[in-house]
Amino acid sequence: MQVHLLLFALYRDLTGVDELNVEVADGATAAAALAGLRQSDPRFAVLPDRPVIALNRELAQLDAVLRDGDELALLPPVAGG
Amino acid sequence: MRAWITTDPIAAQDVLDGVGTATDGATVVFLGTVREENDGRPVSGLRYDAYVAMAEDVLLRIAGEAGRRAGTDRVAVVHRIGELAVGDASVAIAVSSPHRAEAFDAARFVIEAIKQRLPVWKQEYYVEGAPRWLDGSTPAVGP
Repeated sequence: MQVHLLLFALYRDLTGVDELNVEVADGATAAAALAGLRQSDPRFAVLPDRPVIALNRELAQLDAVLRDGDELALLPPVAGG
Repeated sequence: MRAWITTDPIAAQDVLDGVGTATDGATVVFLGTVREENDGRPVSGLRYDAYVAMAEDVLLRIAGEAGRRAGTDRVAVVHRIGELAVGDASVAIAVSSPHRAEAFDAARFVIEAIKQRLPVWKQEYYVEGAPRWLDGSTPAVGP
């Protein structure tokens, strides 16, 4: 199955990636998907081990289980205002 | 309640249009503006990045929470993103309520919550040196 990965701000600059469709195993958690990505794609090795994530536009825990078509966003510490 | 993200310039009137009824004795407006320096470094401008779809949801939720605290549904808030110059408004908030204490409290709540949990990021451009993403807050993840 696939999830749609989104990166913003510092994480976008660090990786050079703003969005990417990622193939993940059925039943994978967000943490597992990110760990796999860090191993398979060196661009992602520079990211923190446990970034804040949003799943389908809601903050989520890294142990959240992914489903096909999910939107997984990696959020640097926020600095609006 | 009105809450939105825009790339266009913003002004106080944009949020004032969303508030104020005959039952309200107080209207508070807050503008957040770009300063010409930060930590002693001259700033030439800012760029805001945002997860727009999520930020609009979060901003509306923040406005709703502020309104419930103040007992009013007259809350309007806009956050500008993209390139901003010194002096430009990045945030405008307006709250109206029957009495002033609640309106001040709700406006303050909105800007503090924006800084804590709105998925928006600020990059400063300096008169000298490379631009920098500012350190931010880590939003709390619910259960």
